[in-house]
Amino acid sequence: MGKSISSFIKFLSGDIWDSRQKEFDMKKRHRLFIVLFSICLVTLTASFASASEAITVSAAISLKNAFEEIGKIYEPKHHTKVIFNFGASGNLLKQIAGGAPVDVFASAAQKDMDEAEKQGFIISETRRNFAGNSVVLIVPADAKTSLKSFEGLSLAEIKRIAAGNPKTVPAGRYADEVFHYYNILDLIKEKLIFTENVRQALDYVVRGEVDAGVVYATDAAIEEKTVRVVVTAPESSHKPVIYPVAIVKGTKNKPAAMAFIALLRSAQGKEILQKYGFQPTQ
Amino acid sequence: MTFMDEEIFFSIRLSLQVASVATALIILTGIPTAYLLARKNFRGREILDVVLTLPLVLPPTVTGYYLIIVFGRKGIIGSTIYEWTGWNIMFTWQAAVLASFVVAFPLMLKTARAAIESVDENFINVSYTLGHSEWKTALLVILPLAKRGIVAGVVLTFARAMGEFGATLMIAGNLPGRTDTMPIAIYTLAGSGEWSKAHVMVILLTMISGFFLYIVNRYSKRIL
Repeated sequence: MGKSISSFIKFLSGDIWDSRQKEFDMKKRHRLFIVLFSICLVTLTASFASASEAITVSAAISLKNAFEEIGKIYEPKHHTKVIFNFGASGNLLKQIAGGAPVDVFASAAQKDMDEAEKQGFIISETRRNFAGNSVVLIVPADAKTSLKSFEGLSLAEIKRIAAGNPKTVPAGRYADEVFHYYNILDLIKEKLIFTENVRQALDYVVRGEVDAGVVYATDAAIEEKTVRVVVTAPESSHKPVIYPVAIVKGTKNKPAAMAFIALLRSAQGKEILQKYGFQPTQ
Repeated sequence: MTFMDEEIFFSIRLSLQVASVATALIILTGIPTAYLLARKNFRGREILDVVLTLPLVLPPTVTGYYLIIVFGRKGIIGSTIYEWTGWNIMFTWQAAVLASFVVAFPLMLKTARAAIESVDENFINVSYTLGHSEWKTALLVILPLAKRGIVAGVVLTFARAMGEFGATLMIAGNLPGRTDTMPIAIYTLAGSGEWSKAHVMVILLTMISGFFLYIVNRYSKRIL
């Protein structure tokens, strides 16, 4: 290949040009070199990237920290790179529906997985539940608030409450169920700040942009220095938070995807999930 | 026809309201700034230009991040405002105006500055020679001669403000019925699979933006 490039350049800069054009030509030659060099660079990096195998895991953003640690164990063990795509389960589902090349889908609610299964995006036999979580009410750690319960959200001192957008964010749907359970939705409707995923709700509380927020217990645990858990929503107040995982149809690497799910459900995987506050399912 | 429901009307109205207010503010502040940058020589002139133009090239999310740091409840300016008034701009429609203002401002600044700089110096000198003050010269000679560029800047500003998404989402949030401008409403509709409503909004937004571009083209042609 190098030979043909050099002869190509020779041809371009060859004897057909008169000397007056030579100087201009040199510039052109340099430019050509830069272009060819960048093309080589791009093809090289592209071929390196595809050299080792990789799986793409679309996961609910509340799983981020636990999954990243599990990924670090998975990669050397299976000689396969894990590319994570974190977001709200609803948005992840839309990406898969749009044909995103995803191998494993882990959502924060059964509803999104049910939808994926109904529309035929996942391989049904591979669907497994792997972890549970709980819903908590949090406030900024430095806040001087008398908030003691979910009912307290209707107090005048609470002006803004962050929660996931129930349309796309499972944590938002659970929050919505809790608000219904306590019959306070109408009282606090004007205060709700909907976020694009549960971590954004957490971040708003961390920054003190809102007076309270509804997130998962595991999210609150990550920010234990900056947020304070007021109360955990009772299990009867919302549908159980159980994370399902499944292999996406059209995966190019089913064994590697299977291995990832197996690792999640292994003793080692459970230990990591537990470390981040999840309740691994039996 | 359930397509044109209240939510859609609200978003259209909000988008027009936000874009109009932002454009009005940009006209008031952008033209004097462009004049200063074009005609005055002062220390830090080019740095000021760079800082004000940055939102044009930065990802809107970065601009939004800066806005939160400055105007958030614990922000550099936001905290002072909050202490004095108990009011904070975040998650309000005014925050959407602020985001649109910052992001669209460079379009006005760049076009107006170029237009003012291209005004023939002879006309300006004649005006001064005939005894006009700088104010009068600016208002009666320079700005009318730079009119074409300024108007193009105004229309571009409005179109950009209509389409602002990233910075708006960060500082104004996505509050249905309060801060969901058309681009944000489209984002939510697409995320929750309500495609038929999303279609209507996408087509409307495309038509509105196309209409404004058409006006820019037509206007510049007529003057030429």
